[in-house]
Amino acid sequence: MDILFDIPVLGFILQFLVYLVQVIVNGHIAPIILGLATPIALGALCGVMNERSGVVNIGIEGMMLFSAYVAFMTALLVHQAYPATPSAFFGATPALVLGVVAAVAAGVLVSLLHAWLSISLRADQIISGTIINITALGLTSYLNRLIKPFDSAGTFKSFRPPAGLVNLPGVGWLFEMFTSVGPITMSVIVLVVIVQILLFRSRWGLRTRAVGEHPKAADTVGINVIRLRYRNVLMGGVFAGLAGAYLTLEATGSFQNNMTAGRGFIALAAMIFGRWTPIGAFIGALLFMGSQAIGVAIRLAPPAGDLGVFLAGVQHAYPSIYNNFFTGLPYLLTIIVLAGVVGRSVPPAADGRPYEKESSS
Amino acid sequence: MIARLKSYANLGVVPALSILLALLVASVLIIASGLIGSEKKFDLLLPLVAYRSLLVGSFGTLKAMANMIVAATPLMLTGLAVGVGLKAGLFNIGATGQVLLGGFTASLVGVLVAGAPPLIAIPAAMLGGMLAGALAGFIPGFLKAFTGAHEVVTTIMLNAVVQLTVSGLVNDVFRAPGFSFARTAPVGHAELIGVGGTTLHLGVIFALICIPLSYWLLWRTTIGFEIRAVGANPTAALYAGMKPRRMMILTMSLCGAFAGLAGAIEVLRLGYYPAVFGTSIGFDGITVALLGQASPIGIMFSALLLGAMRAGAPLMQIQARVPVEIIDVIQGVILIFLAAEIVVRRIFRLRTTTPGSGELQTITRTYGEKVAG
Repeated sequence: MDILFDIPVLGFILQFLVYLVQVIVNGHIAPIILGLATPIALGALCGVMNERSGVVNIGIEGMMLFSAYVAFMTALLVHQAYPATPSAFFGATPALVLGVVAAVAAGVLVSLLHAWLSISLRADQIISGTIINITALGLTSYLNRLIKPFDSAGTFKSFRPPAGLVNLPGVGWLFEMFTSVGPITMSVIVLVVIVQILLFRSRWGLRTRAVGEHPKAADTVGINVIRLRYRNVLMGGVFAGLAGAYLTLEATGSFQNNMTAGRGFIALAAMIFGRWTPIGAFIGALLFMGSQAIGVAIRLAPPAGDLGVFLAGVQHAYPSIYNNFFTGLPYLLTIIVLAGVVGRSVPPAADGRPYEKESSS
Repeated sequence: MIARLKSYANLGVVPALSILLALLVASVLIIASGLIGSEKKFDLLLPLVAYRSLLVGSFGTLKAMANMIVAATPLMLTGLAVGVGLKAGLFNIGATGQVLLGGFTASLVGVLVAGAPPLIAIPAAMLGGMLAGALAGFIPGFLKAFTGAHEVVTTIMLNAVVQLTVSGLVNDVFRAPGFSFARTAPVGHAELIGVGGTTLHLGVIFALICIPLSYWLLWRTTIGFEIRAVGANPTAALYAGMKPRRMMILTMSLCGAFAGLAGAIEVLRLGYYPAVFGTSIGFDGITVALLGQASPIGIMFSALLLGAMRAGAPLMQIQARVPVEIIDVIQGVILIFLAAEIVVRRIFRLRTTTPGSGELQTITRTYGEKVAG
């Protein structure tokens, strides 16, 4: 092995790959990756719900941000009125649970605006989404300035899986990845599988795909295109709302202006990467955010050998660039993957086209 | 001539009514802010107080008016950066990244030519900013033309990449010694200094020139015709012998150059580039372009309006205790009403004209698809 590591450039890459495998299997990094991927995967599910029925949704970012704020404020207000000790179940309190409910409601509400603008008024869907992003950013920043909360309702706690399961050789890290996490993160994998099955194996899924590919044909066989699109966009809002709740009630316990930081757009790229399927989008989310988790891993457990020396040297000479590199990797990967994948992955045929019944004037 | 003026006036009706409705909606929020803010009282007149101080803060004195024009200057440019793209069916929401890269490059060029006379140093730094901005626009343009990656996603991602790269470079490589925070060295003679005791500076002229220049480009040149043809229908443009891909790359680079100039002006006004350069002019450009219906003259007026809001907001925050962020809310609500044009027309019982222009539909039509040509 060491002989391979000494090959000039290739050896370096080999060292890195071996380090990657080691850190994911033994470094307790897998749950972090899943946590980082959670808002991306949920956002991508929102995108799938929309675009499979023919509605482009650029406003996921804004929906997430608005829901994140609503989740945080609702939880805080309930917490102040009825303080409760965290329960054994994920550390849940009435405040946190109501916060999640409110976030979902907020996501659906913003989705309703998008649906109204893009389905009923037939406004340009990308402009409608952008408007939602701008308005959500403005409104949450305004409210956050107006009511400056110094208190917090806390966060959900991660589940503690039995040590025997996590320490299983070879597969223990997989158990850790999906169990040593909070409730919203844990639900993501379930939601992804459910939506995947429903989309390809249920009557609703068939109708959704029909409307997304050929709305006129779907209309001819008696499917109400407008109503189905409305329903799908609103259901997509549920996922965006959950993503927002994750950010404030599971990941951080606070709200900062523009805290979504482009996650809604990374979610779109993950969806395109996954060719508009929930499981594909989930894998995309893991890949994109895994790159950010590597930065965390290197900080926690620096690699040994030449690679470690090199990284330590760069970090010492250029600390800011070094840190920003890992923060920026998901954004960079998004661009690269998008450039490589689009064109070869085909969106639903009617994606982005408003539907107008011919009989109506 | 009169018919033409009438059609211009018609174009402005819905934007003007949208602004009016947005101010009405915002006044509800302002009243609410009085209720939950530090004063805790129900004051129906608070919106009037707020809007009055907004007006005084932007038009009240000569100095205030100068501030208003200075605030509007970069917005005209970022408005063009979005608006000219819209004409080609491209939605450039990456003006922020183009502004940052342009501003950063302008500061570096400014340091290089700091000793030269201002009339050489300022244009040189601005040119540097424009070229860097054009590069930041070229990348998403190229990606859209040759890979089909939609510019709405790539430009937003580039915003983050540029911001992280530039702040890393300022912190680690170009940090000037002797300052308590990370910033570049002073740009010396390239700095845009206010004239006549106001904040008015030379950059205003550069921005004002760009308005008629882009009008001329769009409506009086072959390139402009091709830009609009590609925006109306890329496939038809291809069959007419144009090169839609090339036009997309060219237009995005041009948009980037406008945004880069805006960044250059903002940075040269400051005199250096700070590692944390928070600016809203990139995103404000989207509002400006949509409010100005993507026409250069409309963009000039909406930039002035938004500039007035930005310049007057601090006084409003002091006098009426309404957070400056209300401007962002007003912007968003204006845009919602603009998008819901049919609703606005119904409220005011206006005649409905042909809804939706061709360019706007192309933006979504090219989503996730490769461009032919």
